[in-house]
Amino acid sequence: MPDSTPAAQPPAGTPLLQTVGLTKRYGNFLANEKIDIDIWPQQIHALLGENGAGKSTLVKTIYGLIQPSEGEMRWRGEKMVLSGPSEARGRGIGMVFQHFSLFDNLTVAENVALGLDGKESFKDMSARLEQVSNVYGLPLDPKREVWQLSVGERQRIEIVRALMQDPKFLILDEPTAVLTPQEADQLFTVLNRLKSEGRAILYISHKLEEVKRLCDTATILRGGKKVSTCNPKAETAASLARMMVGSEIKQVKAAANRRITVPRLVVNDLNLAPDDPHGTRLEHISLELKGGEILGIAGVAGNGQDELFAALSGERLSQDPGTVVIEGIAAGHLSITQRRKLGAAFVPEERLGHGTAPRMKLSENALLTGHAASGMVQHGFVNTAATLKTVDRATETFDVRKAKRDPEAASLSGGNLQKFIVGREILRNPAVLVVSQPTWGVDAGAAAVIRQALLDLATAGAAVLVTSQDLDELAEITDRIAVMFHGRLSEPLATADASREKLGLLMGGSSLDQKEAPHAVSA
Amino acid sequence: MQLVLEKRGERSNTIALVSPLIAIGLTIVTMSILFLILGKNPISALGVYFIDPLTDSYSLQEIAVKATPLVMIAIGLSLCYLANAWNIGAEGQFLIGAVAGSWLAVKTQGTDAGHWVLPAMLLLGAVAGALYALIPAICKVRFGASEILTSLMLVYVADLFLDYLVRGPWRDPAGFNFPTTAEFDPVATVPLLVEGGRLHLGAVIALIVVAAGALLLGKTIKGFEIRVVGAAPRAARFGGFNSNQLILLTFAISGALAGLAGIIEVAGPVGHLQPGISPGYGFTAIIVAFLGRLNPIGILIAGLFLALTFIGGEQAQIAMKIPLDVTKVFQGILLFYVLACDSLILYRFRLIFPSRQVV
Repeated sequence: MPDSTPAAQPPAGTPLLQTVGLTKRYGNFLANEKIDIDIWPQQIHALLGENGAGKSTLVKTIYGLIQPSEGEMRWRGEKMVLSGPSEARGRGIGMVFQHFSLFDNLTVAENVALGLDGKESFKDMSARLEQVSNVYGLPLDPKREVWQLSVGERQRIEIVRALMQDPKFLILDEPTAVLTPQEADQLFTVLNRLKSEGRAILYISHKLEEVKRLCDTATILRGGKKVSTCNPKAETAASLARMMVGSEIKQVKAAANRRITVPRLVVNDLNLAPDDPHGTRLEHISLELKGGEILGIAGVAGNGQDELFAALSGERLSQDPGTVVIEGIAAGHLSITQRRKLGAAFVPEERLGHGTAPRMKLSENALLTGHAASGMVQHGFVNTAATLKTVDRATETFDVRKAKRDPEAASLSGGNLQKFIVGREILRNPAVLVVSQPTWGVDAGAAAVIRQALLDLATAGAAVLVTSQDLDELAEITDRIAVMFHGRLSEPLATADASREKLGLLMGGSSLDQKEAPHAVSA
Repeated sequence: MQLVLEKRGERSNTIALVSPLIAIGLTIVTMSILFLILGKNPISALGVYFIDPLTDSYSLQEIAVKATPLVMIAIGLSLCYLANAWNIGAEGQFLIGAVAGSWLAVKTQGTDAGHWVLPAMLLLGAVAGALYALIPAICKVRFGASEILTSLMLVYVADLFLDYLVRGPWRDPAGFNFPTTAEFDPVATVPLLVEGGRLHLGAVIALIVVAAGALLLGKTIKGFEIRVVGAAPRAARFGGFNSNQLILLTFAISGALAGLAGIIEVAGPVGHLQPGISPGYGFTAIIVAFLGRLNPIGILIAGLFLALTFIGGEQAQIAMKIPLDVTKVFQGILLFYVLACDSLILYRFRLIFPSRQVV
């Protein structure tokens, strides 16, 4: 695809950073192939692409974490070879990673000190930390320990740490993935300010609306190659998505005649202390989910979603059988196997190691959940033909791409493995499906298949509970959305009424109808 | 230029088969160096160790006799290790099994007890071994105690208990004060397969154990549970498998097999209870289990190979005055290399050349 639309303002002079024919090869695999990208000061440059498109490889090369196989980088027009990240920082390149590298038991200031190469005293550094965080409207208490902070606050530490080195060029890797819509807006204000100060920003994301709003230029990668550099404001979300995926994305379609039937999953005032000390206590959780209905649970990660999944699946048992009712039967005290026999099915967030045993074959992973209620086990012996048949059926129905008939789970790509896992459960015709982050880290094509499968399952009469951090996904497939915050679950809103603003307030701990906000985040 | 370990996409089945052979090769090279240091000719020493025992029928039978307990114990241990439960105390379970079975032999000595005695002894040995193995298993499940330490420490308890019995209450009155029981009656003795030979019924039992182990692991849901619990504990919990129950089960099975091996050894080749009935079978079986890739058929082959080192070691001591402890050194080095070579199943070596720098 040609560079159809020019960048917003074609600046004069030399770019701040240029990559020329940058290529990174792992064995025979080309993670990046001849990538040319120009970064200009005073611009927010989006880097778009699906998982595996080569975004991470590219930014890691620019940050000096990996060496390119071919091609070169130019800094202000001059050739630059980076031997490591500290050299990149020395040039004025800063990076905020998607996964924070913070020590939970150290204070904010101690964490920042560990990340700096400088030689200033701890006291001076703390003072400068407070000053930088105030100037940019990123309030932080240097003396607080990290484990007490919210995810948004933790991200602030990473950003402030990068800003304290006065970078000319800042890279942010999916910074809004863990933020509420309101927190994201605050971040955009900061980024626009950094831009107005003349800094360049490389912004990695796959949230297209966000990119259209914030960014001046967008470079789109697909399969390790650059597809296009364009002005995102002149594109539509659909045209950007098309460039990312390379083909039209199928829109999911809800069946018109979905019938809401009887309650199939009910939770009554569930309270559960966490297993580990940093976990979240579930408090007074109640919900009712009828057949034919999809309920979404939104919320920032770490607010009790994992604990709720464990309580619903039976990986954690409750003392009171009546807290979880599946198909009209009190199941709070029943094991996950017994709950499966009642017609429940579960898809956890982690594909490898939780949803599947990574080093075992797909047929064995079919047996992992299928042994409970199927013909896979007879008199204690495994019917291998039946497990293989499940693999074949899931492959066929959900278009699972794999190198051979029965490979190890770990050898599949994320999207294909997720299709297999969801398929494995749906093929059992469950009455209740509890699924956590169904399309996390999955390519757009696979995500569409999975979302459609969930809708079809509900149409067939099952009750579906979807936990997700992706509000667009919940808006697309759910009937109602509830929000988890600090181990409590809000009243569900009808999806049609659940605006981003309302959900954002609930995700931040405010309540919608009362004036007081019992758990408001300190801002 | 740099040598790095690189993760493979999928485990290599070829290397899984070849890795024990690489380990054996590396062990032989290391042993040759050791023989040189000891001032022996490595070629003839290796010949005495590995070739000579295979050339006469007495030695061949003796290899099978030594392999019998090794294989039985190692099959049980492999179940534990697959389930991530580390039973290091098979030696103790072996001794307790021998003691429990011998109790019946001693009590029925000289009476007209019939042919029920031997089967009852075998059953007692297995049950006692299982119960003894359950002590560390329960301590782990209930209190979180490290089963590695507790199972190992119980070896010494069993060893001294046996010692006390044969020096005290069970000592043969006509035995000139030697610490041993009287020779067991014929009904309390494992029958020989070949008259006048050394090979006994235990070898057949070991083969049955191998077949049962292969069936359990390959075809049953229990075997699958055992493998998942070890390979991916969280996925196992998601599958609804109870890891504590499986720890107890695998410890019990492995204790039972070790106990059975113990009483078969006493009622078979040895013929009476005495200290030193085991040249460390319970520990050598750990090597057998890993060298056999925790796979029943592999364990059978590995058991025969390790038995060969016992026989070869004895012959080397006689023929070349090489200390018997060299056998233990050999076995230790072998385990070391086996574990090291296992990383090649999931990783491969790769030479990295620095990328061409355009100057």
